[in-house]
Amino acid sequence: MSSSTPTLAFSRRAFMRTSSLAGGGLLIGFNLFTACKPKVQPPVDLAALDYNDFNAFIKIAENGAVTIFSPNPEVGQGVKTSMPMIIAEELDVSWDKVLVAQGILDTNNYTRQVAGGSQSIRFGWEALRQTGATARQMLVNAAAARWGVAPSECTTSEGVVTNAAGESLGYGELVNDAAALEVPENVTLKEVRDFKIIGKDTRNVDIKKIVTGERLFGLDYKAEGMVHACVLRPPAFGQKLESFDDTEARAVAGVSDVLQFGDKIAVLASDTWSAMKGQKALKAKWVEDTRLETTEDHDKILLGLLDGKKFETLRSDGNIQKAFAQADKVLERTYESPFLPHNCLEPMNFYAHVTEDKIHLVGPIQTPERTAKQIAEELERDFEDIHLEMTRIGGGFGRRLYGDFALEAALVSNLAKKPVKVIYTREDDMTAGIYRPAIKYRIRAAVRDGKVTGYHLKEAAINSNMYGLIPNFFPAGAIENYQVDVANYQSNITTGAWRAPYTNFLAYAEQSFFDELAEMMDVDRVQLRLDLLQNVKGTTDERIQYSPERMELVIKAAVEKSGWGTQPEGVYQGFVNYYCHNSHVAEVADVVIENGQPVVKKVTCVVDCGIVVNPLGARNQAEGGVIDGIGHAMYGDFAFRDGVPEAQNFDKYRLIRMKEVPEVEVHFLQNELSPTGLGEPTLPPAGGAIANAFKAATGKRLYKQPFTKYPELLRVPDQEIIG
Amino acid sequence: MPTYQLTVNGVSRTVDVSEDTPLLWVLRDHLDMVGTKYGCGIAQCGACTIHLDGEAVRSCSLTAAMAEGKSITTIEGLSEDGTHPVQLAWEEVDVPQCGYCQAGQIMTASAFLETNPNPSEAEIKQAMHGNICRCASYTRIYRAVALAASKK
Repeated sequence: MSSSTPTLAFSRRAFMRTSSLAGGGLLIGFNLFTACKPKVQPPVDLAALDYNDFNAFIKIAENGAVTIFSPNPEVGQGVKTSMPMIIAEELDVSWDKVLVAQGILDTNNYTRQVAGGSQSIRFGWEALRQTGATARQMLVNAAAARWGVAPSECTTSEGVVTNAAGESLGYGELVNDAAALEVPENVTLKEVRDFKIIGKDTRNVDIKKIVTGERLFGLDYKAEGMVHACVLRPPAFGQKLESFDDTEARAVAGVSDVLQFGDKIAVLASDTWSAMKGQKALKAKWVEDTRLETTEDHDKILLGLLDGKKFETLRSDGNIQKAFAQADKVLERTYESPFLPHNCLEPMNFYAHVTEDKIHLVGPIQTPERTAKQIAEELERDFEDIHLEMTRIGGGFGRRLYGDFALEAALVSNLAKKPVKVIYTREDDMTAGIYRPAIKYRIRAAVRDGKVTGYHLKEAAINSNMYGLIPNFFPAGAIENYQVDVANYQSNITTGAWRAPYTNFLAYAEQSFFDELAEMMDVDRVQLRLDLLQNVKGTTDERIQYSPERMELVIKAAVEKSGWGTQPEGVYQGFVNYYCHNSHVAEVADVVIENGQPVVKKVTCVVDCGIVVNPLGARNQAEGGVIDGIGHAMYGDFAFRDGVPEAQNFDKYRLIRMKEVPEVEVHFLQNELSPTGLGEPTLPPAGGAIANAFKAATGKRLYKQPFTKYPELLRVPDQEIIG
Repeated sequence: MPTYQLTVNGVSRTVDVSEDTPLLWVLRDHLDMVGTKYGCGIAQCGACTIHLDGEAVRSCSLTAAMAEGKSITTIEGLSEDGTHPVQLAWEEVDVPQCGYCQAGQIMTASAFLETNPNPSEAEIKQAMHGNICRCASYTRIYRAVALAASKK
């Protein structure tokens, strides 16, 4: 049923293990997400491990101190705070007594240690609650045994077990008893109304360290004997290395070695600046290996694909040919987007120390397991040789799903026989990217007797097309004759996931289209969407995972909160609703005209992501997503000439800055449904919301991103940089 | 290599670096103070912002020689225990997402509030315009600066 939240099957087998700590205390191991894993590895012998080998655990010391290890990479989405909050809630301890530590990559004890797809909390929710609740039950059982009463006669609160007679014992006093008990099979989870931690504003667990400049990020990591390395890579996509002269590079003070690996050359030095200078001093000769591509060519190729007939059909309902043949009116529009670099503010970097015994890796990575496996394979080593530690991540946005930079560090360390930290300069980071591919959409709708009878979405993309359930997002299921066709062109420019893959642009295209469609049909923009949603109610199509009921609620809330239709004179609004990453969002942008130019003043954003674990962090994510979406829709442009990116640093690549940021008002719908994604879903609708508001304000439709391609409409102020 | 005498967070430090080494890398690699961040190396993003005699400057575009005889303050030395009003405001508002740019944001904001203790909205936005936050925590950065100003 489309309106239900997804239920994730949960297996208790091999889920929970406990152990006494040598120095007293209890360790509770949780194998998260066992249900997602085809085969659960047999547990290692816990008794044989010393404390330092554990990471996948709640640790409760005899003094009652609780440490919770957060399993997933912290990329700025806040899971290092929110995942432990969920455990602490069910464990029933007070949050201010909890210490949080980052877990390492540990495939025996965790699965899905991934920061991607806005899925950490959605997949972790049930398992994290079970973990906390099981630990709590064991502590209760230990207390009950000591008192000679039934566990059901005991209650817990803030780390203390109390019995009917009013006696109480702290968790710390019970941990050694509890460690010897059987792991209970069935535990009761709290009722949502009894939550004390979940749903409360909770500050980022690393806040103090961040504001005082403590060592936290990959770039900050340091190890004994470590050398710094900068890597020279082919300057153009399509080039390979023919030869190089490293005489001048080696002459740079501090440079210790120059090593070639494949088409790349690493300069090793005692410090970062010397490595950067050495990299610049290399004289390399590059030759064309495959065609050097240019953005204007891509534009022609992608438009050619849209005009052509070579498509793969991802979804087809009814008969669109018939719908268009019988239409009273047809609307067809084309929407165009550029490549986008991720531009994480912490440039790519990784530490590796490859020795005969083991491979030690440290750094910022969204996919530690996949990266470790890739490195083991490339170096022909056992996966067990790898010890990978995750640092805090200075932004990911999808770029750090790819372990290419970690592999480089491992390859260089393997050659140098030294601990090495590979550091990308900003120019390296922007030019050796795995970009959001350039994409064009053509959308066509058929209208007959005042109803939308046909909808045809065509996608032409560089390298790869939309995947998963995206072809089944709204308006799939709402229009009788519906088809999604995709085609791609294989380029040598590397592309991949970028925050909210595909939907980051598709949402703008479709929601701009709906705005124009409503205009052509002479119907209310919001009512058109609500009418279409009626058709989806009660659907038995399991591919349709958005809920028309939940979407209706966010739409109605956005209408109310934004004052849609009742805005004061001179305020022009744009409306968008969207579903992705299992969450439903509606956004309304308010635009005013200042000095003859449209300016975004405010965005009202309504989100249904189920239970909000940490409202303080959630609002930050939602606001950031909206502003990131506006920034890239307005300014994000990344073109290639002969395989070379035209922008290589922030002097040419424009990101949104303080004076361009509107007020963002976020509302979360309150319900008791399991949490869904939040790191991405507020981004895709933002571009459409402002495009629709610009149309209302100026009468002009924007079909291309970035909107700076319309200089006649949008003033491009001088970058006022304080240098 | 030449030797430079620097005063960093009130402490006199001697460094031995090539003369073109940006102060950013002197701090990070030679003095092991990693709170000051590298973002672009060309004074466009603000992640490397420090105070030089109280003024916010981009450490990626200064050399050690340019800082000799002046007082350098980094995020580590903004306060002894993280209790500078701007740091406290950043905590209260819970500004960071990834957190990487925040040291630079805090250094820009703290220098700005010294020169303009009662700023208008437009003045705050102008002052913070040179610092990029890729996570776009801008609304909270603004609120934290305004909060710090209100408490000073």
